[in-house]
Amino acid sequence: MKRTTELRKTVAAKLQQCVVIAIVLITLGACGEKSEKSTIRIKGSDTMLPLSQKAAEKFMTVDSSITITVTGGGSGVGIAALLEGTTDLAQSSRKIKFDEEQKLEDAGKHAVEAIVAYDALAIVTHPSNIVNRLTREQLEGIFTGTITNWKELGGDDLVIVPYARETSSGTYEFFKESVLANKNYVNGIMSMPATGAIIQSVSQTKGAIAYVGLAYVAPSVQAVEVSYDSGATFVAPSVENAKNQSYPIVRPLFYYYEQGAAETVKPFIDYMFSEAGQKLVAELGYITVK
Amino acid sequence: MKRIVERIIESLFTVSGAISSIVIVLIIVFLFKEGFGLFSSPTVEKGYSLYINSRNQVSELNTFDITHIFDEKITNWSECGGADMLIKPFRFDEIFELFPEDDLEHNRELIPIRLSEIIAANPNIIAFLPQRFAPQNSEEVKELSIRNISISDFFGGKEWMPTSKPTPLFGVLPLILGTLLVSILAILIALPLGLGVAIYLSELASERMRKFMKPTIELLAGIPSVVYGFFGLVILVPIVQKGLNLSVGETAFTGSLILAIMALPTIITVAEDAMRNTPRTMREASLALGATNWQTIYRVIIPYSASGISAAAVLGIGRAIGETMAVLMVTGNAAVMPTSLFQSVRTIPATIAAELGETPAGSSHYQALFLLGCILFIITMIISITAEVISKKQHNKGL
Repeated sequence: MKRTTELRKTVAAKLQQCVVIAIVLITLGACGEKSEKSTIRIKGSDTMLPLSQKAAEKFMTVDSSITITVTGGGSGVGIAALLEGTTDLAQSSRKIKFDEEQKLEDAGKHAVEAIVAYDALAIVTHPSNIVNRLTREQLEGIFTGTITNWKELGGDDLVIVPYARETSSGTYEFFKESVLANKNYVNGIMSMPATGAIIQSVSQTKGAIAYVGLAYVAPSVQAVEVSYDSGATFVAPSVENAKNQSYPIVRPLFYYYEQGAAETVKPFIDYMFSEAGQKLVAELGYITVK
Repeated sequence: MKRIVERIIESLFTVSGAISSIVIVLIIVFLFKEGFGLFSSPTVEKGYSLYINSRNQVSELNTFDITHIFDEKITNWSECGGADMLIKPFRFDEIFELFPEDDLEHNRELIPIRLSEIIAANPNIIAFLPQRFAPQNSEEVKELSIRNISISDFFGGKEWMPTSKPTPLFGVLPLILGTLLVSILAILIALPLGLGVAIYLSELASERMRKFMKPTIELLAGIPSVVYGFFGLVILVPIVQKGLNLSVGETAFTGSLILAIMALPTIITVAEDAMRNTPRTMREASLALGATNWQTIYRVIIPYSASGISAAAVLGIGRAIGETMAVLMVTGNAAVMPTSLFQSVRTIPATIAAELGETPAGSSHYQALFLLGCILFIITMIISITAEVISKKQHNKGL
C-alpha cells in the first residue's frame, strides 16, 4: 500500500518535471520568435491600469508587430522603473516629482511627458446625508480635522468620518495639493487600500465622506457639489462639467518616457491620442484631452 | 554505480539545503541593511533644506514645529523662540507662480537668484527648497540646521505621516500597539473557541464526525486572506457598526474577529493533535479510578497537553500578527494611538503592503517601511522560538 503511494508520488513528480521543462522550452521558443517583434513595457499607477490595459489590448489587434505588457505597482514604482530602464513607459497619476526628474537627469536621461486623459475626483458621502454641497474651505476643514461634525455644515448631529486613500497613492497626493492647499490630513485619518473599498465603506457609514475617481461613483453613494470660489457657484461632478472646466477637482493622467526611447513608444502614444484611443478614454469614464 | 548515484543525490540535498539557508540569511541581511539606513537620513526630505532670513534669530526647529508651521497650526515665530511676527511658509513650487515671465523651468540658473531675493525681502519667511537650487553666498539667507532621524523619533514617535512635507513623521508606536492589540484580542477570542472545538474533536466526537469536521476546519486555512478581508468588509463591518451602534464599523475589534476566524484552524489542529497524543493508559487509569469523562478531560488530558495548547496559542498569535490583507480591509488603517477597541487602528503588515508600492526606492519612507519589516520579523521570530521551546518542553511533566 505504502509502496504504491510512493510510486505514485514519484511518477507525479516526474510528470511535474516534464511539464516544467516543457513550459521553459516553450517560453524560450517564444522569446526567440519575439526578436522580430518589438515590445513596449508599461508600468506604474494602478489608477491608470484599466486604461493602459484596454488600450494595449486594442492596439495589439490593430498593430500585431508590437507586443505590449502592462503592469501596475503604483506611480512611484513606474517612475523608478523608468530610471532603472526596466520599463519603456511609466504611467503616473501624479506629475513627476522634482527630485525624480533630477535623478533622471543625473543619470543622463530626460523624461518626456504626455497627458493622455484627465480624471475628475468626486467627493462622495452617504446617500442619507442632507449636506449635498461643500466649498473647498469646508473640505479642507473636514480633511485636516478642524470640522468634525456634520451639524457645523448644516447637517444632522453626526460625527464626520473622512476616508482617504493610502498615503503614497497619487490620488492622495493630488487631493492634498489641490483641496487641502498642501496641508497635512488630520492625524489618524481612515485610509483604505482601494477605491472599491472606499465606496463600500462610505455606503455603509452614515457620517462618511471620501474622494473617488468619477468613474467609480455608484448609486450607493452620493456625490456632492463643490465650490472653489467660497460658495458663489457649486458644480456637480460630471464628465461634461469636467470637460468644460467648470468642475475644479480634475487631475491629469500622465505617461512618461525616456527621450531615447521615443521611437519605440511613439506608435502607442500616437494611438492614445488618436480618435480610437480617446474614445476608449471616454468609455472608461475618464475625460478626453481634446 | 548505485553508490555514485546515491552520493550525487546526497550532495544535491546538501547543496539545496545550503542554498536555501544562504538565501534566508541574505534576505535578513538585506532587510536590516535597508531598514537601518533610516537613522542616517535627515529629518527633512532628502535633497531639501529649510532656509530663513538671516535676521531671524531662530536657528533650529524640531520636527513637530516644522510640520505644524507648514500646516499653519503654528503661525507666529514667537511660538518657537523667535521674534513676534507671523510665519510665512514658502514651498519651492510657488516660485514658478511668482515669476512666470522668467520661464524658470528652462532658465534654471535663475532660480537660486530669485529665491534669495524672495528670502531677503521677507524677514518672516521659512522656505522649503531643494539644496541644488539653494541660494548661495547670500548674506540675507540662513540655512536651518537639520539633524538625522533618531531612534527615539522612530520608536517613541506617536505620529505616522510618512508623506508629510517638509518633515515626514515616522512614529512607529501606534503601528506596533495597533498590531499587538488586534492580534492579542484575536487570540483571546479564538483560543477558548478553538480549545472547545479541539476538546470536542479529540474526546467527544464520534469517529465519523471527526473525519468530517477535521478536513472542513482545515479547509478554513485554505481560503485566501483577501476573501476573508472582503467578507469582513461587507458582512462583519456593518454588523459591528449596527450591533454596537458605532459611527464607524472599521475597528480594531472587527479586525480581531476576522483574525480570530483565520487563526482557528491553526489552534484547533495543533491543540487537537496534542490532546490525542495523551497516552491511552493515562486516560484509562483516570476513568478506572472513577473519574467522569469531564474530570478526565479537565484533570488529565488538558494538563498533559498543556504544552501543545500553548504552542497552538503562540502559533495562532504568529498567524494573526503577520496577517496583512484581511486586516488592511477591515481595520480602517487610521494611524492613531489605540485608546479603545472600537476605534480604527493601523497594523504593521497593512502599512507595508499599502505603502511600499508607491514609495520612491531609497527614500527615507522606503527605509522606514523596511525597518517596520525588521520589527515584524523580530516579533514573529520571538514567537516561533517561544512556540519551539514550549512544545519541546515536557511531555511527562508532573504526571
